[in-house]
Amino acid sequence: MVGVVIVSHSQKVAEGIREMALQMSAPEQKIIAAGGMADGGIGTDAFQVSEAIIAANTGDGVAVMVDLGSAVLSTETAFEFLDEELRANVQIADAPILEGAISAVVEASLGSALAAVIATAEGARALKKC
Amino acid sequence: MSGELYEVISAVGETIIGNRQMLTDLDAAIGDGDHGINMARGFEAVKAKLQTLETESDIGKVLKTVGMTLISSVGGAAGPLYGTAFLRAAVPSQGKTELDVETIGLMLEAAIAGIKERGKATTGEKTMLDALVPAHEAFQDGAKTGKSVIECLELACEAAQQGVEFTKTIIATKGRASYLGERSRGHQDPGATSSYIMLKALLEHLRRQ
Repeated sequence: MVGVVIVSHSQKVAEGIREMALQMSAPEQKIIAAGGMADGGIGTDAFQVSEAIIAANTGDGVAVMVDLGSAVLSTETAFEFLDEELRANVQIADAPILEGAISAVVEASLGSALAAVIATAEGARALKKC
Repeated sequence: MSGELYEVISAVGETIIGNRQMLTDLDAAIGDGDHGINMARGFEAVKAKLQTLETESDIGKVLKTVGMTLISSVGGAAGPLYGTAFLRAAVPSQGKTELDVETIGLMLEAAIAGIKERGKATTGEKTMLDALVPAHEAFQDGAKTGKSVIECLELACEAAQQGVEFTKTIIATKGRASYLGERSRGHQDPGATSSYIMLKALLEHLRRQ
């Protein structure tokens, strides 16, 4: 099952999104929050992200949901700390973080491959609210 | 760590910490106003980490530790960018206990390549590259004519300062400042400024030796 990592500048945002996504996921689905700095401050930490990716991987790869700006830079930096096999099997979704995470988790919980999980997460960009 | 190496990195760190407010003010004008706070937090963490490296003389290993520490403690975009720069500069300095003109040239080149790759950026986009790329070019010009490390760094600092001035004339297309478009013109880039003050701190420290 593809794992999902949620990278936000805020620990509370990452954990809150994880909490919502868990409502939609299979019990064995890995959803790991990587929010904020080690001291609880606002920011992103590439090492925390790489650890989250490792923790989320059960062998099928990992989809990473990010919020703004440096979340992308930190996640790409985190990729450098992974072994080659995992690096080839992890991807950032170009999607809104909350809607994307929920879509990704639903798709991943069906047992879909990484490419399908990413595509579904990115499809969340088209969700209309009114 | 050799005393001199410790002092150089401490001097660069103290300069960043001392310019926290100035960098934050520059960032407040066109970004999210945290560049100084983030960089100071990063170099405070570096300062604490350096205490554990007292016996390390390999410059590459020390720079690698600086890079890793910045990545995990800065928080904003400058963390992965400068962190990657220090990690890449650690490659040509690996195993070295002293630096010559050629090695410093290679370190700057590697650091710049890392920033370009990480930030998917190039010069003219109102970023740290607008200070670092001309600094590296000036440094290499000095190296070609056989100048000393200090003379090459003097040329590099002068070029970096002009690069910072140049960032006032252009609009940002990368990072938070890019949302401002035309309104970002007229403001100097905080990232270019922090790059310049780090180079300047390095030069001033070496001049005092």
